[in-house]
Amino acid sequence: MLQVALRHGFQGFGLDVGFSAAEAGVTALFGPSGCGKTTILGAVAGLLRPLSGRVSLSGRVLLDTAAGICLPPEQRRCGLVFQEARLFPHLSVASNLRYGLNRAPPGATGPGFEEVVALLGLGALLDRRPARLSGGEKQRVALGRALLSRPQLLLMDEPLAALDAGRRAEVLPFLARLCDAARLPILYVTHALDEVDALADHLVLLQAGRVLAEGSVEALALRTDLPLAARRDAGAVLACTVAAHDTARGLTRLSFPGGTLLVPLRAEPVDSRIRIRLRARDVAVATQPPQGLSTQNILAAEVVGLGPAPTPHEAFVRLRIGPTELLSRITRDSAERLGLAPGLAVWAVLKAVTIDRALGAA
Amino acid sequence: MLSPEEWQAVELSLAVAGRSVLLSLLPAIAVAWMLARGRFPGRFLLDACVHLPLVVPPVVTGWCLLLLFGIQGPLGGPLYAWFGIRLVFTTEGAALATAVMSFPLIVRAVRLSLESVDTGLEAAARSLGARPLDSFLTITLPLMSPGILAGAVTAFAAGLGEFGAVITFASNIPGETQTLPLAIYSATQSPGGEVVAARLALVSFVLAIGGLLSADLLARRMNRWLGRG
Repeated sequence: MLQVALRHGFQGFGLDVGFSAAEAGVTALFGPSGCGKTTILGAVAGLLRPLSGRVSLSGRVLLDTAAGICLPPEQRRCGLVFQEARLFPHLSVASNLRYGLNRAPPGATGPGFEEVVALLGLGALLDRRPARLSGGEKQRVALGRALLSRPQLLLMDEPLAALDAGRRAEVLPFLARLCDAARLPILYVTHALDEVDALADHLVLLQAGRVLAEGSVEALALRTDLPLAARRDAGAVLACTVAAHDTARGLTRLSFPGGTLLVPLRAEPVDSRIRIRLRARDVAVATQPPQGLSTQNILAAEVVGLGPAPTPHEAFVRLRIGPTELLSRITRDSAERLGLAPGLAVWAVLKAVTIDRALGAA
Repeated sequence: MLSPEEWQAVELSLAVAGRSVLLSLLPAIAVAWMLARGRFPGRFLLDACVHLPLVVPPVVTGWCLLLLFGIQGPLGGPLYAWFGIRLVFTTEGAALATAVMSFPLIVRAVRLSLESVDTGLEAAARSLGARPLDSFLTITLPLMSPGILAGAVTAFAAGLGEFGAVITFASNIPGETQTLPLAIYSATQSPGGEVVAARLALVSFVLAIGGLLSADLLARRMNRWLGRG
């Protein structure tokens, strides 16, 4: 368990945050640029000293300004992955990978060299110098180097932000594998919502140096009172299981608690767990069972409630399908025309093609 | 081609310049570190003091050394009394004078290369478990090595030609402190010495060109080794 409480200030910017992260799993720190995400990582890693604060990791105190404790970065055992890979240019990939491994405390356990090389697909790169790697390869080496230092916590500062879309799609599956394999708490700083959807279990929303909300990705996605709701891609996040592939029709059936969805054919094998985002603007509502529609997914649902949307003439409709909730964004006019009210039985209409291939599936 | 006396001057020049570099290299790296990374009061004063030999007439530098390291001087006195070391009018003294003169050259080159090392790499090394000295020795030092080399070669080449401070502090003693430029000066002062002066000048020229070329070659090699090529 990682517990963080920090206060810091510089040049008119104040940071005052407190949050915790689970023993294992990815906690995303999400927010716009300049909200203090990187400052938080720096303070946890020991690269900067906050005005006041306390950071503890599984009961071990890394920082406690009140008690005068501030461990230097080399004693904190936080594996750091930066936006730029920061590989040592004069060392080979293998030496870069071993840099942290050679300095890990004798008793520390973690995945071995060969295991990490295989996990991140680095076998062919070991003799190369960083200058001869692509951006995606560099970032994979940086991930491996951090993991091999046998850390007790992984800190990632927008590790994909400096990559173009192609390189990003190349690195993300490796990142997802690493997050699964690491069995460590991972603090993941990003301002990309698709990375949150693909990787994070827990979400800490930051704005202007404050924690706005904290909770599971699924729970926060349903909150219409958060700035997340103003985004074009606002909508419910569903944890699904791949139920079946129909290659002839080019469709995959995903099951979620309360129903199933048809989406364009996906690459993941049957039974794998994936998460999809159903954008509220892509979910339509009907009070009669629609007929003659091209739409693949017409699901019986119940209206839970209506709430204001960020634009004045629109509304969010909260829908329930079994235990699962969805959001739909429609005009106020439609809501009135259909007489939508809590408890009303409706049909949620979702076009299969609007359900994106998650980044991690490439 | 050269007379034994002339060879002696060439050899002495190489020895003095070499020793001066050995003498000033480590302190220069330390001072460059303080100037580039240190945050302490008096940093600008230190910066100015380091650069003094570049701007003050070399004769003045030599004279100051004479005051400090003379047998009655505040540093030279104890050195002579306790260790029997005399620097004035010796080869070691010539090396010291040359070292002081070329010190700012090395500091400048080392500092430039140090400032070009990404502190993010040092932060990464620390997060991977390296203590500050470990991170300096394994990351910073290798990455700034081209600058150290460039500074050392420049200081060596400049040291071959140091005149004012050497002649003031160590005098012009053949075989002891008479380096190339001093020998050339003596030759021009003696009747019929033009041929000797010309020969020695040619040697200086060859040494300088050789030094510059080898420095360039080494810098390329090192940059390739550092993965920058």
